[in-house]
Amino acid sequence: MSIWRWLAGAAVLLIGRILRRRRVSREDAGKSPRETSADRTQERRNVPEWAPARGTELVVAVLLLLGGLFAAGFVVVYAEFSAAKLPNELLGACIALSVAFIALALALFAHRLVPTEELEEDYPQEHPEEQREVAEIVASAGSRITRRRLLLGTGSIAGGALGLATLAPVLSLGPLWYTAPLFRTPWRRGTRLVDESGRPLSAAVIQEGSYYTAFPERGDRENIGAPLVVVRVEPSQLRLPAGRAAWAPLGILAYSKICTHAGCAVALYRKPTFRVVEPEPALVCPCHYSTFNPATGGSVIFGPAGRPLPQLPLMIDAAGNLRAAGNFSGPVGPSWWGVRLGRAR
Amino acid sequence: MSAPPARRTAAAAIVDERTSSAPALRKALRYLFPDHWSFLLGEIALYAFITLILTGIYLALFFHPSLAKTVYHGPYAPLRGAQVSEAYKSVIEISFSQKAGLLIRQTHHWAADVFVVAIVVHLMRVFFTGAFRKPRELIWLIGLILLFTSLLEGYLGYSLVDDLLSGMGLAIGYSVLLSVPIIGGPLGLLLFGAPFPGKDLFESRMYIAHVFLLPALLATLIGVHLALVAARHHTQFRRDRRHTERKLVGVPLFPGQAPRSLALMLVVAAALLLLGGLVQINPVWQWGPYEPWLASNGAQPDWYLGWLIGALRLMPSFDVVIGHYTLVPNPFWGGAGFPLFVLLVLAVFPWVERRLTGDRLAHNLLDRPRDAPTRTAFGVAFLGWVFLIFVFGAADRVYVLWGISYETLLNVFRVAIWVLPLGAFFLVRRLCRELQASERIELERERAEAEAAQVEAELQAQARPVV
Repeated sequence: MSIWRWLAGAAVLLIGRILRRRRVSREDAGKSPRETSADRTQERRNVPEWAPARGTELVVAVLLLLGGLFAAGFVVVYAEFSAAKLPNELLGACIALSVAFIALALALFAHRLVPTEELEEDYPQEHPEEQREVAEIVASAGSRITRRRLLLGTGSIAGGALGLATLAPVLSLGPLWYTAPLFRTPWRRGTRLVDESGRPLSAAVIQEGSYYTAFPERGDRENIGAPLVVVRVEPSQLRLPAGRAAWAPLGILAYSKICTHAGCAVALYRKPTFRVVEPEPALVCPCHYSTFNPATGGSVIFGPAGRPLPQLPLMIDAAGNLRAAGNFSGPVGPSWWGVRLGRAR
Repeated sequence: MSAPPARRTAAAAIVDERTSSAPALRKALRYLFPDHWSFLLGEIALYAFITLILTGIYLALFFHPSLAKTVYHGPYAPLRGAQVSEAYKSVIEISFSQKAGLLIRQTHHWAADVFVVAIVVHLMRVFFTGAFRKPRELIWLIGLILLFTSLLEGYLGYSLVDDLLSGMGLAIGYSVLLSVPIIGGPLGLLLFGAPFPGKDLFESRMYIAHVFLLPALLATLIGVHLALVAARHHTQFRRDRRHTERKLVGVPLFPGQAPRSLALMLVVAAALLLLGGLVQINPVWQWGPYEPWLASNGAQPDWYLGWLIGALRLMPSFDVVIGHYTLVPNPFWGGAGFPLFVLLVLAVFPWVERRLTGDRLAHNLLDRPRDAPTRTAFGVAFLGWVFLIFVFGAADRVYVLWGISYETLLNVFRVAIWVLPLGAFFLVRRLCRELQASERIELERERAEAEAAQVEAELQAQARPVV
């Protein structure tokens, strides 16, 4: 008796498989497996009585053992090597193979050893009865309230005020509605320029075609107002904006090293140039390729930056070292709402 | 059917008597999963997330979220004696001095990249099959929030390390924050505590967000996402007459689906561990520690930020100003406006489509892409637009690899990102309609052939008695 049911089940599965592969349009003309699948779902459980697959069980067991073996191998590799000599590849391969063998065993288990029934079920439907009941319950809860708006109003005042009160301490994170620190830089008239190792930067060492990073002698280097890029351009080629004639002694120019677009360091200098397409030396930011012309006061000649690079006026002291002759021509770093109204301070 | 073994029945009784859960358990074990390969994409994301949690817990035991300065004295010779932050030093130590630390760190990083890939591909599957339609709009919205939270989570993860690349990424993030109209400047100062690079405290703020706030949010959202899927049940393709809007056909969770799904989880884990062991990712010791005055263009950020970099680079040079008053600085458009626009378009799409097509019905059956030509065409054009911007994010690599000048590429892409998606829209819509038409023709031909065969059979039946 059971063998017949088994055969019928197998036939249904087979038909289902074949039909599933065919396209919807074709199946419209084909036979529907509906009549057989319907009584299948009626059964509480449908476990076809498979012929025992001892071979597959053995393969699964071997795969599981291999998984365990590689896991043990991981522990051995971990224990055997010192931290300095531990080969990451071997360690990774061991644990990955262990996991992979167990995955393979599970896949085989799922496809060969476990009954894969295809069942049918109704999608969840709407519940108009319960919907109505919910609405009734909620409505009846407020049936004794006469001044609904008074309670709603005072309730939202209380809730809103308590919400604001719990959020208020978040404002201690930093200054509130206060942008003055964004304008600050450590540069003052007379501040000496030093190089990365802290030695004063002499005007004599600044070569044309080269590129120098400088910092204020005192103050925090990590402040984005601090780092400068110093270059030298033939004085006859300078076309600085009005009022900056004296800012570049001997053609030595200093600009903020922080891009006005997105705050990266302007770390590339295009010099020597390729005269055909890039006739002028330029300062380039490697993040989004904003390009600034040092000879014209840091104006943007390419890329997305919306503001020129701030220029620092320079002077040369009696010892021949470079000093700031004031603060930057504009606020340093990326822009914000109203940035141009302020000055670097 | 034979009765279950007595021991199993006893075990079920023990559980049920104490938790009264047998009906729920029975229902859960019989929960049906329709069978289609594309339904596994979301599962891959889930399993990458689990890998991220497990590897992340391990990393958190060794990572030191502090920007205090220290000197590195470890086995990695090129950095010996260098002044670095505690955060950076601890990552170098995880990589070189903690046994298995490098494997777990690299697996964590690979898992993050795969996590976002899986989410994006899953999103495309859901979009192009119309699975977002009523009654599943909420699931779609939560999925979108999951995607964008994951992007932020990944960004914070690699920003924590305080290597050169992460510092540059943070500087760009800070600039985008500052560029937000009206509130940008004060908001940037509030979150960072001081002008960039901010207070040292900012590191631990990022840390708590990366290891607790955002993972908790992600886990909660994933839970709600899956609970809603289960409540409404899976969608399915119409493969034969059994699959209807009212009837779901699938493999039950137990015993059919569970071992398959577990196998997939282990396959994902194995692939990530293999990547973590064999393929180097983000070698922070090569980038060096971050200082605001340093920058490099040899290193690329994680792939899922490429679309933002492309957008930042494609923007023409301008700030929105009135006279001398800056309103909207340039990075806002590429870094904030663009992703928010993409989010908005995807978020409102189910409702816009419903308005445009007038289709207000609930759908459990999926469309094939060709079944909805306009949606498919729009999806290809819109995602193509985002993809082209993403590709431009790598234009400098194209220059290095093939010598095509960056300026040329910029000009070509500024046109191409508009023209190509527009062309793709009409092409794809046409293609879908042609496919539909060819199906109709084939159907008609089959019907006609069947009819002809029938007529012929009848004719023969009539002819036979005469002969």
